[in-house]
Amino acid sequence: MQWETVIGLEIHCQLATESKIFSGASTAFGAEPNTQACAVDLALPGTLPVFNEKALEMAVKFGLAIDAEIGKKSVFDRKNYFYPDLPKGYQTSQLAHPIVGPGHVDIQLDDGTTKRIGVTRAHLEEDAGKSLHEDFHGMSGIDLNRAGTPLIEIVSEPDIRSAKEAVAYAKKIHAIVTALGISDGDMSQGSFRCDVNVSIRPKGQDEFGTRTETKNLNSFKFMEDAIKLEVERQIDVLEDGGTIVQETRLYNGDTKVARSMRSKEEANDYRYFPCPDLLPVMIDDDYIDAIRATLPELPDARLARFKEQYGLSDYDAGILAAYGSMASYFETAVDACGDAKLAANWLLGEVSKYLNTAGIEIDASPVSAEALGGLLVRIKDNTISGNIAKKVFDAMWNGEGSADEVIEAKGLKQVTDSGAIEAIVDQVIAGATPQVEQYKAAEPDKRGKMLGFFMGQVMKASGGKANPGQVNQILKKKLDALCD
Amino acid sequence: MSLDRSDVEKIAHLARLQLDDADIPEYAQHLSNILALVDQMQAADTSALEPMANPHDASQRLRADAVTEQNQREALQANAPATENGLFLVPKVIE
Amino acid sequence: MHTQTLAELSLGLANGDFSSQELTQTYLTRIEQLDGQYNSFITVTAEQALAQATAADARRAAGDATALTGIPIAHKDIFCTQGVRTSCGSRMLDNFIAPYDATVIEKFNAAGAVSLGKTNMDEFAMGSSNESSFYGAVKNPWNPDCVPGGSSGGSAAVIAARLAPGATGTDTGGSIRQPAALCGITGIKPTYGRVSRYGMIAYASSLDQGGPMAQTAEDCALLLNCMAGFDPKDSTSIDRTVPDYSASLNDSLDGLKIGLPKEYFSDAVDSRIASAVQAAIKELEALGATVKEISLPNTELCIPSYYVLAPAEASSNLSRFDGVRYGYRCDNPADLEDLYKRSRGEGFGAEVKRRIMIGAYALSAGYYDAYYLKAQKIRRLIKQDFVAALNDVDLILGPTTPHPAFKIGEKNADPVSMYLEDIFTLSVNLAGLPGLSMPVGFADGLPVGLQLIGNYWDEARLLNVAHRYQQATDWHQQAPKGI
Repeated sequence: MQWETVIGLEIHCQLATESKIFSGASTAFGAEPNTQACAVDLALPGTLPVFNEKALEMAVKFGLAIDAEIGKKSVFDRKNYFYPDLPKGYQTSQLAHPIVGPGHVDIQLDDGTTKRIGVTRAHLEEDAGKSLHEDFHGMSGIDLNRAGTPLIEIVSEPDIRSAKEAVAYAKKIHAIVTALGISDGDMSQGSFRCDVNVSIRPKGQDEFGTRTETKNLNSFKFMEDAIKLEVERQIDVLEDGGTIVQETRLYNGDTKVARSMRSKEEANDYRYFPCPDLLPVMIDDDYIDAIRATLPELPDARLARFKEQYGLSDYDAGILAAYGSMASYFETAVDACGDAKLAANWLLGEVSKYLNTAGIEIDASPVSAEALGGLLVRIKDNTISGNIAKKVFDAMWNGEGSADEVIEAKGLKQVTDSGAIEAIVDQVIAGATPQVEQYKAAEPDKRGKMLGFFMGQVMKASGGKANPGQVNQILKKKLDALCD
Repeated sequence: MSLDRSDVEKIAHLARLQLDDADIPEYAQHLSNILALVDQMQAADTSALEPMANPHDASQRLRADAVTEQNQREALQANAPATENGLFLVPKVIE
Repeated sequence: MHTQTLAELSLGLANGDFSSQELTQTYLTRIEQLDGQYNSFITVTAEQALAQATAADARRAAGDATALTGIPIAHKDIFCTQGVRTSCGSRMLDNFIAPYDATVIEKFNAAGAVSLGKTNMDEFAMGSSNESSFYGAVKNPWNPDCVPGGSSGGSAAVIAARLAPGATGTDTGGSIRQPAALCGITGIKPTYGRVSRYGMIAYASSLDQGGPMAQTAEDCALLLNCMAGFDPKDSTSIDRTVPDYSASLNDSLDGLKIGLPKEYFSDAVDSRIASAVQAAIKELEALGATVKEISLPNTELCIPSYYVLAPAEASSNLSRFDGVRYGYRCDNPADLEDLYKRSRGEGFGAEVKRRIMIGAYALSAGYYDAYYLKAQKIRRLIKQDFVAALNDVDLILGPTTPHPAFKIGEKNADPVSMYLEDIFTLSVNLAGLPGLSMPVGFADGLPVGLQLIGNYWDEARLLNVAHRYQQATDWHQQAPKGI
């Protein structure tokens, strides 16, 4: 039987506010346990929440970026359940009246087409703390630093049909939230967490199959692997005559195995009701318009512009435009050197190679965009060759100064004085009698190939600094003169 | 609406309340009496009314995004039944 | 000294008739000698009180005194007080030393008031008799066999027994007004949003409101001047100018229109209460007010509505008491589930458990619409009735309670019998209006309370009417025998 996969995503995205959604404690990552959990976060008796304006603004930004309806009246509800990382015994969330209503994003498929994925809603809520399971005399330790960090939970329609599409969708949402500056999107620190709902159904069937939820996939790779694994599992179960149980599964990226979470004794009854400590959040068109005016260029618009303005290929533009940090690095470098194609080649080639080796992102590059531009200028004005430029870049990466400083210090300036080049050429020809003889003996149409040897010798003798074009020209002229 | 033992047990579980077995019949009786009182609401016609969550038709005030709280772990954990290395300890959490 | 009103004591301090240290010591001595009879305090903070008194005297000497500087008061044990046990009348918080001050406490501290200690209360403010306290029942100073009312029963008894000239209370369904009525004192529940709820341990967030309790309306005005005001830490606090409640106390009552809801004057009201209230109406008419009958047709629905909404909010508000970060934790929990269930089962008393269960039930899947949503709609109905009535009259008047103080233990067999006693007070919280109770007579030796209900933010008018009444009568000056 042919099966069709149906996938929906729930993405929990931490908002990059300074303070928590309902308290004045810091949201910084990595502090000592419970040092960023204030009286409100700990749910001390008598404490009350007050809503962070930045969290609202960021959620509205996201809604506008996905062309969604913005909830002019949104309401915080309490989702009641007991868990040690949930200090109040309820999570403040939004059920019936979310801040962001239906919207959509477009993803690019491998065949070059675009597919629209619906976003059902995105609502504001507070993050929970963390339970640490290493052994404290058989007990667990609770750290509430993360409790109260603002989240938007972005819920997709079940429009996604493959693991690849799911990853493309998640990456697109990731690119949007980082472009908006509303999240650092750091998956390893849990700033961007994906839960995946997967079901399968016979191709052509309208009705959905029973779905499972796989939780907390903290990389796009794990997400793709986990979906493929789950789809295979479901197919195996159904083809063996079994049924899919609606359950929550945990995927372990290291072992590449998923398991069902301990089944709960009863279905959760969250007893949602409007939080009486918070009032409805009312916003008007003026507020929305003011935020709309601050929206930066979004990845889709930037992609189109890069292709148009810089004449980049789909592939090059796709990589350079996806993220704000890469895009602005690229544009700064182009501004500095005036050659988009050259800048693109360097960013996708040498620069990416060094970043990958160092395991860092573009914004942490020791060579700034301006500095790279300075290097590219020297290629364009023939001060150095492309090969020498790689040496210069390596030195720049290692903190040895600007392109000009490195070229100067290492004496890498290209030799373009034809007199000087002719002297080196004469020297090489004089010292290579056997090769000159072979050259002379060869058929004229084979001589081009033999030129390589002399080129190498001249470049070597010049310390790589001779202008290769000039060397080629002079060599050819002199050798051919010998043949006459 | 009258509640029996199993109803009371279910609700007590939902609310994470241990009840003495011997007390359950009395809880069932009291809760049933309260629900009988509460059920008087059903006679009222409320079809034209919007639910009211708060006395005022006010809207949520917004707080500036600023860190105003400093680390007070020691003071805030002084009441904690069990802590270690700054963490609150609970019986093992199994996911 | 202890027979004087708070206003008189404030004047005495200002005139240098006595120091705050002397005054504070007087009350501490009374508490030590007499409170064994009433059980009105959970915690007495003698040492701290004397230190505050010393500071208050110094502040006065420096010429920086307010009306409350050096005045000893008592706080309901629902307000968090830094460094002092804040129990909320519960075993759950018997070991809880609050690490911060409630906004109301901060305000009193800033004014230089002296805190004598924390008063007894129904557990988590759930009750109308003060019998549900983990620390035992409070005795009504007028008759120790009777309840003082609740949930601010300790604060009411403290005033009646003259163990403090002023106290704080909180009122979710009548918890200031009903004990004020039963103990023969004056208390006001302000408009919802007038007094900060920050640091006031929540029972039902959309109904809870703190307020003052004292011998007179004049005293309540002085205390409310300090308590009221916008608090950025409480999202439900309303940013609105606070008038000087003392300034309008003597305003004339000429032309004041008082509405008498016929539903508040039914046969269900004890006849002795009815006649005391009628006499008070006559007195107010003599002072220039006019009265007319009005109707609050949905009065009876307030009880069922309240007993869905308050427990629903409470069931969620009290989920934080889980034995993890503070408060009672059961011995040797076998696992997480056991930790939750036994800590909560052992830490909470029966009435609290009942209300949590009712609330959890009303919110649970399949019942939400029929109970919670229905109750919220009735809440709107009740508000609409009040708004319509207050378009026509300046304030509404009736008995605070249908009966005087009942015997301790009398209503324990069936919680519903006690809930019905709150019929005249609950609706005021549902609507969020201000309500005041003041003494207007006796029913065979037990005090009778009269309730005034005003329009939103009209506390000044309630205090003005009560003050004029108290200028013309002496019910508020009556004290239990031997006091």
